[in-house]
Amino acid sequence: MQLADIMAAQARYAHCIDEGRLEEWPDFFLPDCLYRITTAENHRLGFAAGLIWADSRGMLEDRVAALREANIYERHAYRHLLGLPLITRADPDGTRSETPFLVARVMRDGATDLYATGRYLDLWVADEAGTPRLRERIVVCDSSRIDTLLALPL
Amino acid sequence: MPDHSPTMALSPPPEAPWPDTLTRVPYWVFQRPDVAALEQTHVFRGETWNYLCLEAELAEPGDYRATTLGGVPILAVRDHDGEIYAFENRCAHRGALIALEDFGKAREFTCVYHAWSYDLQGNLKGVAFKDGIKGQGGMPDCFRMADHSPRKLRTATVCGLVFASASDTVPPIEEYLGDEILDRIERVLGGRRIEVIGRFTQVLPNNWKLYVENVRDSYHASLLHLFFTTFELNKLSMKGGLIVSEAGGNHVSWAAVDREAEARRATSEYALQNLRAESGYRLKDPSVLDGTDEFGDGVSLQILSVFPGFVLQQIQNALAIRQVVPRGVDSTDLHWTYFGFQDDTPELRLMRLRQCNLVGPAGYVSMEDGCVGGFVQRGTIGAADRHAVLEMGGTDAASTRTRATEASVRGFWKQYRRLTGL
Repeated sequence: MQLADIMAAQARYAHCIDEGRLEEWPDFFLPDCLYRITTAENHRLGFAAGLIWADSRGMLEDRVAALREANIYERHAYRHLLGLPLITRADPDGTRSETPFLVARVMRDGATDLYATGRYLDLWVADEAGTPRLRERIVVCDSSRIDTLLALPL
Repeated sequence: MPDHSPTMALSPPPEAPWPDTLTRVPYWVFQRPDVAALEQTHVFRGETWNYLCLEAELAEPGDYRATTLGGVPILAVRDHDGEIYAFENRCAHRGALIALEDFGKAREFTCVYHAWSYDLQGNLKGVAFKDGIKGQGGMPDCFRMADHSPRKLRTATVCGLVFASASDTVPPIEEYLGDEILDRIERVLGGRRIEVIGRFTQVLPNNWKLYVENVRDSYHASLLHLFFTTFELNKLSMKGGLIVSEAGGNHVSWAAVDREAEARRATSEYALQNLRAESGYRLKDPSVLDGTDEFGDGVSLQILSVFPGFVLQQIQNALAIRQVVPRGVDSTDLHWTYFGFQDDTPELRLMRLRQCNLVGPAGYVSMEDGCVGGFVQRGTIGAADRHAVLEMGGTDAASTRTRATEASVRGFWKQYRRLTGL
């Protein structure tokens, strides 16, 4: 898997969330996957819990369904700015990369805040068509503080 | 233009009086800086016990945590005598923070500003250049280190929870909690060794009292939080109730499967009808809710609060402590500590990790609590002459067998008004 493949997948991932196409978001993951949002302190201390903790693509689909149909939150959108992926390991099991992100949150009244910065710790595996899919994505937010709530995925 | 008095024009907008009933709360109580200042002396430094941290976080002598009591920086420390001490994280010299890390292990504490040092109980033990240099400068002869130390707090531990009080007159913690609340804390924590599995801070855009009202508000649960109903997950007949402490400020809201009603239902047509999908939504991976009756009593939900800002949560197997900290009139930090127990089986631990999706800032059944306080904070701008109405379930603040009530919200205000005199 080449750096350019991962960069392209990252760009599609951010575009998908920022354009509000959440229904497509689980497709970036393999059916058997791990997606977890945590913070740098929790990560450093080895704490296993997450703000979101999903170990199947079905759980990610449920997350989207809940956001659409059940959960109540004020309308908002994200703007992801991603840094360059650093490939930390490449072997037959997949390619590990670390990618810094910055996410601005745009509320319905236009207020725009720096909502989160952090890094994606990823394990990519190519699917049958050669497209990189996520076996694992640990979203490590730099700050331990989450403003108001975390609805849309990072 | 007629003459007018600038004094009249500049007089503050009218404010609602606070009638002598628990069913009305004027909105100015969430807005005024002078109310927040009064709370510091009468609530947080008043006759209350305030959660600081877990004993598990102070396992060994020298272990400390920088925590807070109502926003005031506090150090909680375990000394070599095995006891836990708490004192304000403020140097007695010029007021700088003594410890700058959130937690760690220390032999003593030394302020970085002028190197005044303290033992693990907060006693001043060293003043740099106390006797001057070459006979010049130094502290006056009358200076006594024993007269100077950060303010110390009383501490008490209950089932591994560390509480502190700035009051000399507050009753002992067991009495402050009351037997019923104490029983429910022991139900979850008694005889267990807590293991922290995650810590998160949620910044709420509202006054702290709007959050602690929300915690005690059993009326909103099925109305604001639609996750369970949308996915039709609450198929079982539930029973529940509310415990409100004598003073009002502590509460337990609980729900359990009603086995008798379930048995009746199984033999009725109601069971068949209930299988008919209404929303059409189903979880694709319901393992997120896999759980076990780990306390052996069928109680699937127990939300417990201790006045003013402590919450112990059991939602199925998702266990957490929430510490509510005011950061300003319209800002609150909510510190979540997710935990399990040291003897958790791997299966149970996995259940806790999955069920953590229900709670916290991204929780299926709690994310709304992060924003709804802000809706009130913003909705009540310019409404200092108006009241909230708390009449659901009557006018008192007593325990009930229903959760369709605001009794424990009224209970909070009962204790709040007694302490503040408002």
